Amino acid sequence: MSYKRIIPRLDIKGPNLVKGIHLEGLRVLGKPEEFAKYYYESGADELMLQDVVASLFERNSLDEIISKIAKEIFIPLTVGGGLRTIEDIQRVLRYGADKVAINTAAIKNTDFIKEAANKFGSSTIVVSIEAIKESDGRYLAYVDNGRDYTGVDVFEWAKKVEELGAGEIILSSVDKDGTGEGFDPQLIKTVVDSVSIPVIAHGGAGKKEDVTTIIKNTNVHSIASASIFHYDFVKKNNSKTISTTEGNVEFLKANRSFHNFETCTVEEVKSDLIANNIKCRF
Amino acid sequence: MSKIIIIDYNLGNLFSVQHACTSLGLDVKVSQDPIEIKNAEAIILPGVGAFNEAMINLEKLNLIEPIKDHINNNKPFFGICLGLQLLFTESEEFGNRKGLNIIEGKVVRFPKEIEGNKLIVPQIGWNTISPKDSKGFKDSPLEGIKDNEFVYFVHSYFVAPENEEDILTYTNYEGHRYCSSVRKNNIFATQFHPEKSGKEGLKIYKNWAKQNNLI
Repeated sequence: MSYKRIIPRLDIKGPNLVKGIHLEGLRVLGKPEEFAKYYYESGADELMLQDVVASLFERNSLDEIISKIAKEIFIPLTVGGGLRTIEDIQRVLRYGADKVAINTAAIKNTDFIKEAANKFGSSTIVVSIEAIKESDGRYLAYVDNGRDYTGVDVFEWAKKVEELGAGEIILSSVDKDGTGEGFDPQLIKTVVDSVSIPVIAHGGAGKKEDVTTIIKNTNVHSIASASIFHYDFVKKNNSKTISTTEGNVEFLKANRSFHNFETCTVEEVKSDLIANNIKCRF
Repeated sequence: MSKIIIIDYNLGNLFSVQHACTSLGLDVKVSQDPIEIKNAEAIILPGVGAFNEAMINLEKLNLIEPIKDHINNNKPFFGICLGLQLLFTESEEFGNRKGLNIIEGKVVRFPKEIEGNKLIVPQIGWNTISPKDSKGFKDSPLEGIKDNEFVYFVHSYFVAPENEEDILTYTNYEGHRYCSSVRKNNIFATQFHPEKSGKEGLKIYKNWAKQNNLI
């Protein structure tokens, strides 16, 4: 068994780190670069930045965030959100990303994955799959943060992106995202078993045991999580965060508890993995 | 003129290597100018991507001779990932493409399975390095790095040197042991990415620079 990776995921809107539920209803949590630094210091294996609005208008602020983070952290950084052309990929790599995550553009034009993998190497290209379980039990891939229907079957799509040259898959359960209910084992296991490239599971972790359980049950290679780590950081740094954050900070000011989450640090997640004989960098 | 040139041959991400060096106060410059590379005190050859495309780009940019001359003159050379693989005689990728042929051996792909278990390729993530023999990492850029330290890997191919003395470390991926760094004369090259391996990784750049009087 290879060493499992724990990857804090930072959703970005404009200059802010945000977090929603089911990839929607975004709350401002603070400055992404402060969170990134903290996760780097506390043993994160990689970081993932996702531009959840990805409008042309706010592109400069994303580039600035990538560049700030890349200068301070020396672990891999994956950037996703609105990357539609080879030039877009080149741009974020130039600002300091190591890998890019592509969703919409990959589904709309499958040749784009091939072209990008040939140009930048497979290991630079992560395909992001946003899965929603339909009422008939099928899992379908959505785009634009779970907003737009494509009708594409998740499991067929996963095999296809491997064929096209993707180096990795980040698999998000839109149904579970931000809920703290735990991961979706059926979704994750089926994808892990059907491909030979690494899979990162995202969406649903509410406590450290959820991470351990999903790795045990599916042998998934990596976990990306936002809420459990972010809310822990916010709890510890709330007053400081409010004073330095621009935008809508009503959620932070309300100082509400995050009742679905037993928040924890990256180290605490890893301790639980080790206690359960799961290998990780520690 | 900068002491250390990071070679830009239009492949992969050089910026993380540059950021890492700059954070340590190293005097680096990214360049693809054969003259600058010729005059450099030391060179770093990074790279992620395809072996074949890398060789084509090096040829097009007229960089093969300056790199070979640099190494033949025993000036410090640091290769990373594809920058390690390119030193070898040939690669299996795209039907035996010839490399720079500075270190004897081949670049081969990880097998599809090991003992009946599916092997996940590329290897993406952290793994450990251990020294080839009891001499450990003494007097190498890995000096002060502990046995079985974690470093970051991203690759589908690995190097198989013909001469064991060129090997500095081994790494084991799911039961498959392979060479994860080499050292020969003034060449130091790693399959892993020290610039993505946290604080221990930065230490490797610093050691290399110090040992070669670059800082």
